[in-house]
Amino acid sequence: MKVPLQDPLSPPVPTRVKVSDFWSHGGWLLLTLPLWFLIYHYLKPFGNWLAFSLLRFAKGSHLGEAVAFFAFDAPKVLMLLLLVVLGVTFTQTYVSPERTRDLLANRAGAWGHLLASLLGIFTPFCSCSAVPLFIGFVSVGVPLGVTFSFLVAASMVNEVALFMLLGVFGWKIALLYASTGVGMAFAAGWVLGKLRMEKHLEPWVMQIDFQASTLEQGQKTLSERLDLSLDGVRDIVGKVWPYLLMGIAVGAFIHGYVPEALLARFMGKSSWWSVPVAVLIGVPLYSNAAGVLPIVQALIGKGAALGTVLAFMMAVIGLSLPETIILRKVLKPRLIAVFVGVVALGILLTGYLFNLIL
Amino acid sequence: MRIEILGSGCANCKLLAERTAEAARELGLEANISKVTDYQDIVSRGVMSTPGLVVDGVVKSQGQVPSVVAIQRMLGCSRAEQG
Repeated sequence: MKVPLQDPLSPPVPTRVKVSDFWSHGGWLLLTLPLWFLIYHYLKPFGNWLAFSLLRFAKGSHLGEAVAFFAFDAPKVLMLLLLVVLGVTFTQTYVSPERTRDLLANRAGAWGHLLASLLGIFTPFCSCSAVPLFIGFVSVGVPLGVTFSFLVAASMVNEVALFMLLGVFGWKIALLYASTGVGMAFAAGWVLGKLRMEKHLEPWVMQIDFQASTLEQGQKTLSERLDLSLDGVRDIVGKVWPYLLMGIAVGAFIHGYVPEALLARFMGKSSWWSVPVAVLIGVPLYSNAAGVLPIVQALIGKGAALGTVLAFMMAVIGLSLPETIILRKVLKPRLIAVFVGVVALGILLTGYLFNLIL
Repeated sequence: MRIEILGSGCANCKLLAERTAEAARELGLEANISKVTDYQDIVSRGVMSTPGLVVDGVVKSQGQVPSVVAIQRMLGCSRAEQG
């Protein structure tokens, strides 16, 4: 078979052009990196200058604080998002669900669960492909429990959220977020595997004759990968910016107007029920990592406990109703209940754990 | 030319369908584009990450929405193979 990425309609490109090719295909981005860091560094003074010097709001006034937060946070989160999404989409040109599936086939035991949990974070897939993905995994011999480890990790740890947390709150919190998610996915998949849940799959899933497509995606060149990443950035940022602005507006409102004592009482460490309530509020809400983060930041600034807020964030991003309804096509209600229960429990545990140790 | 878009009908699948229609139009191809939304049907073609693009029964792309230019290449390839 021919290499599918070769274009038969255009003459072959001489290899000598490759270097300038690299620069025109996104290599120029490397040059913008120092500029990125420079602007990023001066955003906070800029926000304060805009709100308090240019617009002459009184320092400490509700509106002034809200405006300063918006002017500082909107560009900050947006810039962070651009960098993170670029990095993540570039990394993801090296990972595909097909490759992950083949890596996991017939891999039972602890190593299989661990690998599945880690790959679950980074393997890109559209949430509406959860069903074909599930069938594809199971039918090439990925054990059911390992498949669950993969799915649980994919819904608990969001790779964009992970690196945004790293940028906003530092490596400790990012690491804790990732490791609790991976730990949960590992344990949940392992338990589900032991429970022998195969009989709770819808019957047609086991009967289907899945012949993995032999599509060769071909070895991509660096320029192609950069092109794909830029496409991804355009796609994702184009989709999330309304959520982002909305999130920042809510965050700015909280920052400027919500009294600290109120939040500390409802979302502080002392109230044990705040974590489950945060999860319950978060599940029906849908947003994405970029949209929730400004809210998270404002809540924490006002004295909300980190674990409670993170539980809220994970519930908003991870447990989504549409995905659950889609999965219902392959899983009987009992298995669905177990899946949702496991993820919800994982989020609760993460919340309590963070509140306990931070 | 028979073109099928595999996917449950989410935003990505719609985008792929739009781009494919555009690609075919620009190449001046007479294409019959249809959507396959049934999961059993999708999986039976060996595709597990949607959206998928199938041209004359051959899977050309899966799990991503290629650019219009890339889709044109996929359609062009299939034409060349037919000879």
